[in-house]
Amino acid sequence: MFDYETYLRTSKMPLIWCAGCGDGIVLKAMLRAIHKLGLEKDKICMVSGIGCSSRLTGYVDFNTLHTTHGRAITFATGIKMARPELHVIVVTGDGDATAIGGNHYIHAARRNIDLTVILFNNNIYGMTGGQVSPTTPLGKFASTAPYGNFENSFNISGLALAAGASFVARSTVYHATQLEKYVEKAILKKGFSVVEVITQCPTTYGRRNREGTAVDMMLAQKENSIPVSRARTMSEEELEGKIVTGILVDTEKPECRSEYQKIIDRFSQPTGSVETKR
Amino acid sequence: MNEKVAVAGKIEIRINEAWCKGCAICVEFCPQDVLVMENGVAQVCNLEACTACGLCELRCPDFAITVKKG
Repeated sequence: MFDYETYLRTSKMPLIWCAGCGDGIVLKAMLRAIHKLGLEKDKICMVSGIGCSSRLTGYVDFNTLHTTHGRAITFATGIKMARPELHVIVVTGDGDATAIGGNHYIHAARRNIDLTVILFNNNIYGMTGGQVSPTTPLGKFASTAPYGNFENSFNISGLALAAGASFVARSTVYHATQLEKYVEKAILKKGFSVVEVITQCPTTYGRRNREGTAVDMMLAQKENSIPVSRARTMSEEELEGKIVTGILVDTEKPECRSEYQKIIDRFSQPTGSVETKR
Repeated sequence: MNEKVAVAGKIEIRINEAWCKGCAICVEFCPQDVLVMENGVAQVCNLEACTACGLCELRCPDFAITVKKG
C-alpha cells in the first residue's frame, strides 16, 4: 500500500510553502512516480538550488543536496559522473534554472547527461519577494515591475529542446496525474530530461496580478492548457497566453556519462593494448 | 498530531489539522461537496456522499488529507 510518508522526513513538516502553493502537489506527483517505478530510496539523489521549489529536498528521505543558487544542475552533473548508478533528480525553479543557472541548464541539455530535471515554473521569484523572473509574462506585475513587465519571457521547455535534451514535457499542477506520468518517463529516460511544471504562486504572483486564489489559478491552468497535438495546428496568435502541455520531445541520442564510460573502459584494458592515437 | 478521522462504511478520510493551511483546494475540487472549511481548516461535512475518488488527496499540497477505501 502506497503511503507518502515512507518517502518523507515528517519531522521537518509541515511544509514551509505558503497556503495554496502548488509545489506540494508536484512533490506528491514525484513521490507517486518514484513509488510506481519501485526505485530504492538509497539509489536516488535529489539535488536542488535556491528558491521556494528548492526547499523540497529538505522533506524527502533520499540522498539529498541543497546547493547554491542556479548550480543544482552542476552539482548533479558531478554526482552523475562519479556515481552513474544513482538516479539523479534535480529540483529547480524558473529563476534558479533559467536566470542564474541558465548557462548550466543549456549545457547540461547539450551534453545530454542522464539527469531528470523537474522545473517548477511559477513565473516569479517567490521566496525573495516577487521579483521578475525570466518566465514572467510580458505586462505582468512583479515587485521589480510595478508598472508591468516590459521584457519578453523565456519558453524554457523550448530552450531545453533546442539545446539538445532528449526528453522534454510540460504539465501543470492541475493535471497532477499527467504530471506523474511525465515524471516517471523522465526518470526512465537515459539522457537529459526536463519536466516543466506550471505551478501557482498565489502569494507573490497571483495577488499582485489579481489572479485570485490558488483554486482560481489552478482553474486558469485547466482553461489555458492546450495539448501539444492541437497546438501544432494553431497559429502563434491563437497560442498567446496558452500553456502547451504534453511530451514535446522524446528521442534517443548519445548520453554523456555512457560515452565517458566507453573511454574509461578503453583505458582500463591491459597496458600496451590501448590504441591512443586517432 | 491533531488528526481528525471520519469513517463511513469502508471509506475513511483523515485530516491532519497541524499540516492543513486552509487553502481550500480540497474543498473546491471535491465533486461531491464532502468537505468544508471551518476556522481555516478543512473538515468533513458530508461523508455519506464521498465516493473515495481521491481528488482532494491528489491535489492537497500539504499532505494533510488522505482517503482510504477499505
